Amino acid sequence: MIEAACAKLGRQINVMEVCGTHTVAIFRSGIKSILPEGLKLLSGPGCPVCVTDQSYIDTVLQLAGRDDCIIATYGDMIRVPGKGGSLETKQSKAGVKVVLSSEDALQLARDNPEKKIVFVAVGFETTTPATAVAVMEAAEQGIDNFYILSSHKLVVPAMRALLSAKNNNIDAFLCPGHVSVITGYGVFREIVDDFKRPCVVAGFEAMQIIEGLAEICRQLVAGRPELKSMYSAVVTEQGNTAAQGIVAKCFEPADGYWRGLGKIEKSTLRLREKYSKFDAFKQFNITETPGKEATGCRCGEVLCGLIDPPQCGLFATSCTPDDPVGACMVSTEGACSAWFKYGRKEKREQ
Amino acid sequence: MSPKKHDRILLAHGGGGRLSDELIRRHILPKLKNDTLAELADSAKLNLTSNEICFTTDSYVVKPLFFNGGDIGKLAVCGTVNDLAVAGARPVALTLSLIIEEGLEFELLEKILTSIAQTAKESNVEIVTGDTKTVEAGAADKIFINTAGIGVRLAGVDLGCEKIVAGDKIIVNGTLGDHGLAIISQRKGIEFESQLQSDCASLAGLTCELLEKTSGIKFMRDPTRGGLAATLNEISRSAELSIEINETEIPVNPTARAAADMLGFDVLAIANEGKVVVVASAESADDCLSICRNHPLGADACIIGQVVQTRDIPTVELITRIGGRRIVQMPYGRELPRIC
Repeated sequence: MIEAACAKLGRQINVMEVCGTHTVAIFRSGIKSILPEGLKLLSGPGCPVCVTDQSYIDTVLQLAGRDDCIIATYGDMIRVPGKGGSLETKQSKAGVKVVLSSEDALQLARDNPEKKIVFVAVGFETTTPATAVAVMEAAEQGIDNFYILSSHKLVVPAMRALLSAKNNNIDAFLCPGHVSVITGYGVFREIVDDFKRPCVVAGFEAMQIIEGLAEICRQLVAGRPELKSMYSAVVTEQGNTAAQGIVAKCFEPADGYWRGLGKIEKSTLRLREKYSKFDAFKQFNITETPGKEATGCRCGEVLCGLIDPPQCGLFATSCTPDDPVGACMVSTEGACSAWFKYGRKEKREQ
Repeated sequence: MSPKKHDRILLAHGGGGRLSDELIRRHILPKLKNDTLAELADSAKLNLTSNEICFTTDSYVVKPLFFNGGDIGKLAVCGTVNDLAVAGARPVALTLSLIIEEGLEFELLEKILTSIAQTAKESNVEIVTGDTKTVEAGAADKIFINTAGIGVRLAGVDLGCEKIVAGDKIIVNGTLGDHGLAIISQRKGIEFESQLQSDCASLAGLTCELLEKTSGIKFMRDPTRGGLAATLNEISRSAELSIEINETEIPVNPTARAAADMLGFDVLAIANEGKVVVVASAESADDCLSICRNHPLGADACIIGQVVQTRDIPTVELITRIGGRRIVQMPYGRELPRIC
């Protein structure tokens, strides 16, 4: 089916996945090696660590240097390099704690009343509800040493930004299963309507991904882009309305910076005024500015699907998972990391 | 007058005086007793049947000390016995060094010593000499153990990666990843419906039987830290040949697979403590497999792949469930600290 579609279209088809779990699943199952040459998979901005702007990382590092703060972060953020090191290098000073949930971060606030606990709140729609719950809990319990540095992102504005770029080469999106569980697959309808690109939600098993790709090919051949969920056992059109409600109560969309994509309108979630006493940006007087990536690092182009990781001059030479330069090599869900780990390339660690 | 009974280790238990003596004579010797150890000489005297010996050492810092399927004591014996076993030796004697944090309950120490004694007995090795040190609270985490082991190489057995050729088969004796996942899920307080159990076991019985009953075994290694991925990469590099393994043939306990997926680990890179990777000639592979399957530690044994000619650089490649191919890299080793 996929082969026939590629032959019929007679040109290269570029399908972008916008979910780190898809990226890893695609590499781990070796899907790329069995696809026809005419179908190319691009890893888009789907890994929370990767899309987080460099200025945000530097802000976190700055806060980590303060004696009155404890940074509570998910584990995959601690190795992202920034100005003067990474959270990992600051970890020994006890100012950085790795947490498994926002709830753990809140507990840190209860256990350390003399410190200010700053929760590094990154992630897409899947992780935001947990942050919102922690904020509401902190408000109810009167915990006043708990702060959220929110860089929670919304997937759809990023997809719009990618398609609005003149040099985009994306024919269709393989849409994220996890995000859709929360948002419902309905959120992708505007991409189909406004940009005429197929949007197909798929699960994370190899066969589910292949089914998703086959559906995309079918639509491209038919010339009729549609919104379709192939993950119907878990994803509904409306999604988890209870989770959406909690998020809406705490957060509102604001303009935000993305690595590689720059400033995107209404793409980042900020705490509402009602919860501003938990907003680390406000309480620590932080203004966001666009970040600058390390010299030579092309994570931005990787995230936009413009280049494959090995086309970056740093890939597997000065940038490796052991000693990463860019965020896409740090996160296990990053395209560079997955490419390095599972791709058959001569240019890799020996 | 009977000495005062302590319920916890004091620094003085490592001081070389009366308390040290009491620790050794009252707690350690009765558990591990054998003629050589009982002499408490500065060195153990051994009568070996051959001068073709293998000698190894390993330290154990696993956290938690007790886990489903084992404990630090069992691990300290099995780990060192297995290093001898996969080198083609029959293990004979072990040393035992304990570094104990002040404050460790004697009850825990007794449990660990009982486990060491029982595992040594099952593995047909004696603890012939040892040492005990204590450190102040905070300088160690309850107890660290070092064991060294000596074994006699089986007659006519000479294993090495240089003997491996394209066409040789890769065999494992059972499900992969059980030890590491049991430890990590216990450490994180995650419970699975059917509980994960470490595969910690002494492999010497199985390896000796394999070497005595077949002649085509080229190389063996126990895939501990770094798991199958690390072991196969080491073999591939040393032999300067590539290796292909089939995902559908690799035995993995379904609970372990679910746990690895949930925690974001690649089961191929997870530590095992009762597994051996055997590289055998194509002709002897079926015999090896049936010996494994008839052994209590090899019921789930499988031929998981083969050695192949190298196209560019020696590579370990996985043929996935859907027929795709991907590299199996040497893992980085940062993910799971203190797993053994």
